[in-house]
Amino acid sequence: MSEPIINAEKLNLVFETADVPVHALSDVDLQINKGDFVSLIGPSGCGKTTLLRVIADLEKPTSGKIDVAGVSPEKARLNRLYGYCFQAPVLYPWRSIIRNVTLPLELMGLSRRDCQQRAKEHLGLVGLEGFENKFPWQLSGGMQQRASIARALCFEPELMLMDEPFGALDEITRDHLNEQFLRLWGSTGKTVVFVTHSISEAVFLSTKIVVMSPRPGRILKVIDTDLPPDRTLDFRDTAKFQEIAHDVRMALREGHSYDD
Amino acid sequence: MTTRVAPSGTLGQRIYAGRAFPVSVILTLVLIAWYAGAVYLNAPQVIEKFERAKIDWTVGQLIDASWSMGRPVLPSPHQVAIELYKTTVLKNVTSKRSLIFHAYVTGSSTLLGFAMGIVLGIFLAVGIVHVQTLEKSLLPWIIASQTVPILAIAPMVIIILGNMGYTGLLPKAIISMYLCFFPVVIGMVKGLRSPDPLQLDLMRTYSATPAQVFWKLRLASSVPFLFTSLKVAVAISLVGAIVGELPTGAQAGIGARLLSGSYYGQTVQIWSALVVASVLGMVLVYAVGLTERIVASRMGQRP
Repeated sequence: MSEPIINAEKLNLVFETADVPVHALSDVDLQINKGDFVSLIGPSGCGKTTLLRVIADLEKPTSGKIDVAGVSPEKARLNRLYGYCFQAPVLYPWRSIIRNVTLPLELMGLSRRDCQQRAKEHLGLVGLEGFENKFPWQLSGGMQQRASIARALCFEPELMLMDEPFGALDEITRDHLNEQFLRLWGSTGKTVVFVTHSISEAVFLSTKIVVMSPRPGRILKVIDTDLPPDRTLDFRDTAKFQEIAHDVRMALREGHSYDD
Repeated sequence: MTTRVAPSGTLGQRIYAGRAFPVSVILTLVLIAWYAGAVYLNAPQVIEKFERAKIDWTVGQLIDASWSMGRPVLPSPHQVAIELYKTTVLKNVTSKRSLIFHAYVTGSSTLLGFAMGIVLGIFLAVGIVHVQTLEKSLLPWIIASQTVPILAIAPMVIIILGNMGYTGLLPKAIISMYLCFFPVVIGMVKGLRSPDPLQLDLMRTYSATPAQVFWKLRLASSVPFLFTSLKVAVAISLVGAIVGELPTGAQAGIGARLLSGSYYGQTVQIWSALVVASVLGMVLVYAVGLTERIVASRMGQRP
């Protein structure tokens, strides 16, 4: 289980803006193993989304070394190694739900029959059977986000990159999706890199929590957790959960994340 | 697709609630102004005629005569209506005196030019969006092409193509195309660039090729922009076809009717040709709008 899938060393990324250059990532070292559920947590501007986008080859690092599954992020992207979930569902409004999910499969050149079958299967996994022929606007925000997860899962990538996928949802829906997604992760054994700014979400879901801090964006602390795999939302009331949440909060405080 | 709820109630209530009421109010006002204008513009000639014939005229006679002149400055609405009735319902559609025949002639070159304009417009827009040098080199020329009055260009197009042996439909369609590709280019360039960064990032995460991004994302995003352009384009395509019929001394078409009407001072004929042109224009714009609604509902647009 300790085979690394993502390996970053001395990663730096500087955005050249009109006035001052922004140091989005500063000397980031990170190793993520196969099967890990890693949360990147920190206040806005700490570079967590940037780090995810670097892994996804949506941004190029200014310096440093990173490989994804032993190859460069670009190669990993071209090999369709990862599925990416954005903060917004980003469903194409002119496509029905099932055709949104089949989009990556169509791009990969699968037959119409295979596309339909695999999309149906994955819509079932996220609890959206019966909504195949609806259009995105006919679904609630939570359902749209589940459709986007089905879309990221349906071509069975090894790695899931998720950028605050539940960030825009209300707490009740978010809790529900957290539980559902945890079960999904347990049954598929994929590696997940999950960006969040919710401590309880990070603690509940992760096997490894990466605490980050802004200006410049850097990693403060990596907290490994060892939680029972079959945990439910009730787990958040336990002392163990509180203890890890406390550690995360302390790490954030050390990084002056609570300062003005 | 916007669905209009059918108004219920008595006929009067329905007329009041629907579109019929405001439209008929405007129509009535236009007709009143038109009749008044006919009297005002035609009266000097009528008075002259009365005085030459040494007739003691009354206001009633003046009005009556100014609404029924043979070659009025401004024909009255009922004269135009009668002329329209005579040249549409009473004439065989294959007759050269039938306005339906002329509308068909103009309409066919309008549609051919419109189709050619769409193809040219989309082709140019795709080039401009994908090749940066084309945007810099082509776009200024495209804009410049529209600053030259079409009336100046039309005769040259007709003459040059006539020399090459092309007469009739094609030269007129080319003039239509010349006018109507422009809104298509502008709308499509905007439409093809309308996908937001996240929609494009999504395609990138799938390692989609530029062709796939075009077919699966850009083209679908551009559809609403395209239809807005097409409504403008089809209307000016009709203008192009009519203008194209003027310098040739064409035998058929709404433009030819306008031209022969003005040669012989047949104002009634000119006005009825104008009415047919505007009805044709409305039908074309409506047809584009209908197509837009059908396409939009198939693309899951929110009602």
